[in-house]
Amino acid sequence: MGHVVGSGRPTLLDTGAPEDRTLINEIDPRTRILAAIAFAVVVVSLHDLRILTGALLFGLALMLMARLPTRSTLRRMVTMDSFIVFMLLLLPFTVPGDEMFTVFGFPATWQGLRQAVEIGLKANAIILTLMALVGSVEPVRLGHALYRLKMPEALVYLLMFMVRYVDVLQQEYLRLRVAMKARGFRPGNNRHTYQSLGYLIGMMLVRAVERSERILGAMKCRGFSGGIPLLGDLAYTGSDVYFALGFGGVLAALLALQFLV
Amino acid sequence: MSSLIELTDIHFAYPACPPVLKGASLRLDGKERVCVVGHNGAGKSTLLHIVVGLLRPSRGRVVAFGQERRIEADFLAVRRLAGLVFQDPDDQLFCPTVAEDVAFGPLNLGKSKDEAMDIVDRVLSSLDLGGFRDRITHKLSGGEKRLVTLAAVLAMEPKVLLLDEPTNALDEDNEARLIEILLSLPQAMIVVSHDTQFRERIGSRAVRLADGEIVPG
Repeated sequence: MGHVVGSGRPTLLDTGAPEDRTLINEIDPRTRILAAIAFAVVVVSLHDLRILTGALLFGLALMLMARLPTRSTLRRMVTMDSFIVFMLLLLPFTVPGDEMFTVFGFPATWQGLRQAVEIGLKANAIILTLMALVGSVEPVRLGHALYRLKMPEALVYLLMFMVRYVDVLQQEYLRLRVAMKARGFRPGNNRHTYQSLGYLIGMMLVRAVERSERILGAMKCRGFSGGIPLLGDLAYTGSDVYFALGFGGVLAALLALQFLV
Repeated sequence: MSSLIELTDIHFAYPACPPVLKGASLRLDGKERVCVVGHNGAGKSTLLHIVVGLLRPSRGRVVAFGQERRIEADFLAVRRLAGLVFQDPDDQLFCPTVAEDVAFGPLNLGKSKDEAMDIVDRVLSSLDLGGFRDRITHKLSGGEKRLVTLAAVLAMEPKVLLLDEPTNALDEDNEARLIEILLSLPQAMIVVSHDTQFRERIGSRAVRLADGEIVPG
């Protein structure tokens, strides 16, 4: 089983954030979640490209403050971009306006390009801030923080179970893969491969269902009655106040600039 | 009250499978530590699950702590008094942190947060696990997980312990530590184990589950 492996190995849930104290780490996760949401709302309401660039730079600065590893963080950002890249590429062709050039008779417009750039800047600024502020929270603490922020309990429990079992499932998957490899399985583009991978996924599902039943049994044995008490103790401190003031100041400045230009 | 747990003529079959238990009877008295052996799939775990009502026998009587138990409501009290330690600790430790997992039972029993934390500290320190309080459960090693599941069950202050293959995936040191802990506990126990040495150290009586029935080991 997965628990045979030592406790020091990296897990799927590692945030990549340093465990020692950083400027961002000092701040209560609830403050960080609320700050990230406020930032997203403000950035979405901005339109000036120069101010949006400023917001993106602010996101980069937060990433450096949280001391997230730059390369892997930016790679995650690019992964998010790949979801919207087609929309961004199509926008110049779908927004009416002054013609920039044509492709196969379809005109691309300056107005469309501007919108694409605007959306790209907004999305990346928000995702960077989200990763710097919320992504660096240890998942269990994130669950506690959401619970204390009065998120629906069912969603928090879902997150907590995910946190708890994603690693167990991954270990199970890796063991099955090793077992396949040990018997000479080499994936290729053929029927045998797809059938074997189908069995693998099916087996994982069956095992997950069986495990969930055993977990429910174990919970019942300890008097489970529908609610899971969460104990984490979070407390706002002075640094939260300073952070809220500073962060609020930046947001206010972004909004003020938008009104001025 | 003569016996703590008494199973009489238990029959059980999983859906679409041949019967596993065909008239098994088992009695556990105070201070006893009964070891159950039997080949794979003989129904040893099934037997433990029937004691706490996670499975219902198709025939037979379950008497626990002086009362016959039939329906789910009857078994709620049994589950508090008979602590079942599961075969795979990952099934049992579902809370993110050790403290939360150990406190889960006491909180369900209606204890306040402070009372629950007192119990957590007391149980963990009695098992010499004081330093594990705020550890993340899925990052514990196999031996640590096993001891924490035991702590989680002991936190409910049960009168009987039901242990399903407790030495699975334990190294020698951890096994020795587990034996030492179990021998120091006052609870009566039903222990399912393949580990001969472990059974010899722990058990006060051994029975064998063969062909769906309990015979003297």
